[in-house]
Amino acid sequence: MEENKITSTLHPLERKILPLLSKCKTLKELVEASKLKEVEVMRALQWLSNKNIVKIHIKPKETVELDENGLAYVKAGLPERRFLEAIKTKALHLDAIAKNAKLVREEVNACIGSLRKKAAIEITPDKKIKLTEPGKKILLKESLEEKFLKKLSKKPINIKELNPEEKFALQNFLKRKQIIKQVLEKLRETELTDLGKKVIKIKIKTSSDIERVTPELLKTGKWKNKQFRKYDVKADVPALNRGKRHFVNQATDYARQIWVELGFKEMTGPILNTSFWNFDALFTAQDHPVRELQDTFYIKHPAKGKLPPKKLVENVKATHEHGWNLGSTGWQYSWNPEDAKKNVLRTHTTVLSAQTLAALKTEDLPAKFFAVGKCFRNETLDWSHLFEFNQFEGIVVDPDANFKHLLGYLKNFLTKIGFPKARFRPAYFPYTEMSTEIDVFHPVHKKWYELGGAGILRPEVVVPLLGKDIPVLAWGPGLDRQMTEFYKIDDLRELYKNDLKQLREMKEWML
Amino acid sequence: MPSIVLNKKVFEELIGKKLPLEELQDRISMLGTDLDRVEGNEIHVEVFPNRPDMLSEQGFARAFSAFIGSKTGLREYKLKDSKEKVIIDKSVIDVRPFTACAIVKNINFNDEKIREIIQIQEKLHITYCRNRKKAAIGVYPMEKIKCPITFFAEDPKKVKFQPLECDKEMTGLQILSQHPTGRDYAHLLEEQKKFPFFKDANGQILSMPPVINSHVTGKITEKTKEVFIECSGFDFNTQLVCLNIIVTALADMGGEICSMELEYPDTKKVTPDLSPRKIKFDLDYCNKLLGLDLRMHEAAKLFERMGLSLEKDDVLIPRYRADILHQMDLVEDVAIAYGYENFEHQIPKVATIGEIAPIEQFKSKISRILVGLGMLETNTYHLISKDAHNVRMNNEMDVIELENPVNVEYDILRGWMIPSMLGVLKDNKHNEYPQNIFEIGTIFKHSTKTETLVEENERLGVCLCSKNVTFTKIKQVFDCLMNAINLEYEIKEVEHGSFISGRTARVSVKGKDVAYIGEIHPQVLENWDLDVPCAAFELNVTEIFKFF
Repeated sequence: MEENKITSTLHPLERKILPLLSKCKTLKELVEASKLKEVEVMRALQWLSNKNIVKIHIKPKETVELDENGLAYVKAGLPERRFLEAIKTKALHLDAIAKNAKLVREEVNACIGSLRKKAAIEITPDKKIKLTEPGKKILLKESLEEKFLKKLSKKPINIKELNPEEKFALQNFLKRKQIIKQVLEKLRETELTDLGKKVIKIKIKTSSDIERVTPELLKTGKWKNKQFRKYDVKADVPALNRGKRHFVNQATDYARQIWVELGFKEMTGPILNTSFWNFDALFTAQDHPVRELQDTFYIKHPAKGKLPPKKLVENVKATHEHGWNLGSTGWQYSWNPEDAKKNVLRTHTTVLSAQTLAALKTEDLPAKFFAVGKCFRNETLDWSHLFEFNQFEGIVVDPDANFKHLLGYLKNFLTKIGFPKARFRPAYFPYTEMSTEIDVFHPVHKKWYELGGAGILRPEVVVPLLGKDIPVLAWGPGLDRQMTEFYKIDDLRELYKNDLKQLREMKEWML
Repeated sequence: MPSIVLNKKVFEELIGKKLPLEELQDRISMLGTDLDRVEGNEIHVEVFPNRPDMLSEQGFARAFSAFIGSKTGLREYKLKDSKEKVIIDKSVIDVRPFTACAIVKNINFNDEKIREIIQIQEKLHITYCRNRKKAAIGVYPMEKIKCPITFFAEDPKKVKFQPLECDKEMTGLQILSQHPTGRDYAHLLEEQKKFPFFKDANGQILSMPPVINSHVTGKITEKTKEVFIECSGFDFNTQLVCLNIIVTALADMGGEICSMELEYPDTKKVTPDLSPRKIKFDLDYCNKLLGLDLRMHEAAKLFERMGLSLEKDDVLIPRYRADILHQMDLVEDVAIAYGYENFEHQIPKVATIGEIAPIEQFKSKISRILVGLGMLETNTYHLISKDAHNVRMNNEMDVIELENPVNVEYDILRGWMIPSMLGVLKDNKHNEYPQNIFEIGTIFKHSTKTETLVEENERLGVCLCSKNVTFTKIKQVFDCLMNAINLEYEIKEVEHGSFISGRTARVSVKGKDVAYIGEIHPQVLENWDLDVPCAAFELNVTEIFKFF
């Protein structure tokens, strides 16, 4: 029979609770009758409910009780009474009232508002506060609020049991800070099911079944020829919290892995750079709007850094001014070394590519490099903008590289990060030519999204840094779009919100 | 990116074709611009800043019709001599040294054309002219003015005229403080002793560049048939390009471009010059960069699609194109005409060795050890508030401040990790405890050794936060980590404002200070509004990595 089988799986806690269920209905009663802890009774009830022996009805009960300030007012009296008491004999200035009645500024202000409404006080021409006739009457009488407060100081009250006057007092208190709190309690009531009624009739023997396997049991061998109590293997268990990498770092690690698979070597370097590396070496004219304060973060102190070796600076200057010896017109202006010294938070990881090219020897070619890192732009935080964002960067320095290769590398990477459908359209960046914008197709929104830019670095960038005109394929799209897509995040700020619950529950990066 | 509005009807007339929306969108994109949206009769497009010549309806249509093959090749513009001149007075040379001028005749201005000329001016001002810093453009109705025109500089208190959209005369100086446009551009002039002005033969003021025109002599109306155009600024070439962009757009509206003589104090010039510029084209260079095998006649066809033309091995470039600096730019034009969508995607068989940066590998290993201890990794911003970093932590540091922070919550670069991490704990008070978190991040401090005079370090921060956290617990984590990476360390008691006295330690490895360990001081916890105990350590990862 089912009920007999069930009795053999009962946990000791369940065995204790079960016989009480015919008399006790509420959790509180069960705790008292069983002398168990509340959590233990709860667990036993949960298991019994899983076995369909008992039904648990949850009834919400809303009570009101005193909060921090309420408790204090029970002892010291309500601020308005203390206020009136302070001016009972003579009119006083506000500061004196606050001092005598031991009230803080906020309470004083609240009192003035409410007492003036009741015409209990008036302000004298010399800015003192004076008690009025109605005020004197108020002082003699216990108010509705005070009565209510007194009642609450004895025990919490069920909201349903309040009379109209108490309800009125409650409404007034709720407008004020931390006097009353409303507590929603869930009352649990138990009811035996039909199965439960049968089970309870069976005389449950104290079981000799083994509850837990213990070292002692194993040493003595006492477990032999005995039964183990059956567990409910389907029962829910409390969740565990595990250690975990941040989901953004899981994704950036994955991007690293892809580039390494494609034979790229990682570049690292500082976040703070001189404008020379971030802009000038990348042939971005000194009056280019991206260098303005509303786009780029500058540093107050040290506002300026040092320039690299003179020869490099001279070549960059010549390139900007008239195209140096590169067959270029340059930007046709007078290049200012002071602007190049200004420290900026890097606006793109391309600054790492510039530094890598400057250090690269032509005998080490062909060479391929990548970087994944944080970049900065002066932007107010909102759902679609962050002032810090992740970018991945790649360069291929290869005398035989061409535009088709650029598209090939990018296409391969995009497929691996989950964008099999991509298109490349012409774009403009000061430091590349061919320049292309990478668009990826969103299968659900049926729309193209911009992921970022790529291109072949201009000779005006490559020659001053590397010393030779060699094609350098380069790309630097953002990484945040892929992450929000994979993790189903609508608001970019979520990426760095660090809500631990979200971090614990966020799925693993599975690409 | 600047965007312009095209009148659909005018645009279709100009390109001589009607395209279905989808094709229009695709072609506009593949030309290297972007169709933003179509609203009724208006097409909104975005133009990259390297193509100021496409910032007008006419210029855009000119490039687009060549690209789609309806009107290919180099456009030629006829130039007549207006026989009029502009005198550039000695006084203006130190103030605003250059101007380039022209007259365009036979245009019937209507509402649409007036809107169009204002749009070109406005868009050029914002982009190519860098908010009028580099150049400023003025357009004037010829029926109101008498040549010759003089460009001169004068004390702004002495010159009076009625600025645009204003009913009374003001001095140059008053305009800067009282007129809305004057206030917007005041910063471009206010430091000068003399301001630049244009005046006509009758002594009427035409304008005060780069700020504003005269209401009387500087406003186009539907009665205007002939206009005087000037661009003034600091680099002659920029003025020429600007002038060319405007006069060719006006010519595309049906106007007749006429040159003017510019009488500079020591030389004479005639503007505009619309004869094409020539650049040598190297077909091999082009084929190599694009991975194509084009013949010369094929390349020539592609150039025609971009509004250029090939004459033997010279490419002829119209004077309004400001984006061709180098041969490379011609190669890009070939690629665009060829169609980015038509290039194969190739990965060449080049053997290179991939490698994750050693410091990154090291950071990964440390993260794995801490994850093994059940800790959650966080990821916080490098920017933080100075108040949180120094005051709340009770630890005054000489931090790196931003010149232009977005707001006070993020006004410095952090000098250590623990403040960022306490920020995380503060934001997670509603979540389950224990909260054991770690993060490896970059910190910033002053230095004399680096180019920027700022040194960056990778630091590991670890915070344990739960009701029974103690110094022992955090030291256990630290010890476990150091054992795992096999580093012996020495530890000594120190004082630190953020930690409880007597429960704060400094750790060194081989004589180098590398870490702080301690129980966070209750005052600091209170400053952060935290009511659960917290113990933490911070380890200099960059420094210990040197031992490997």
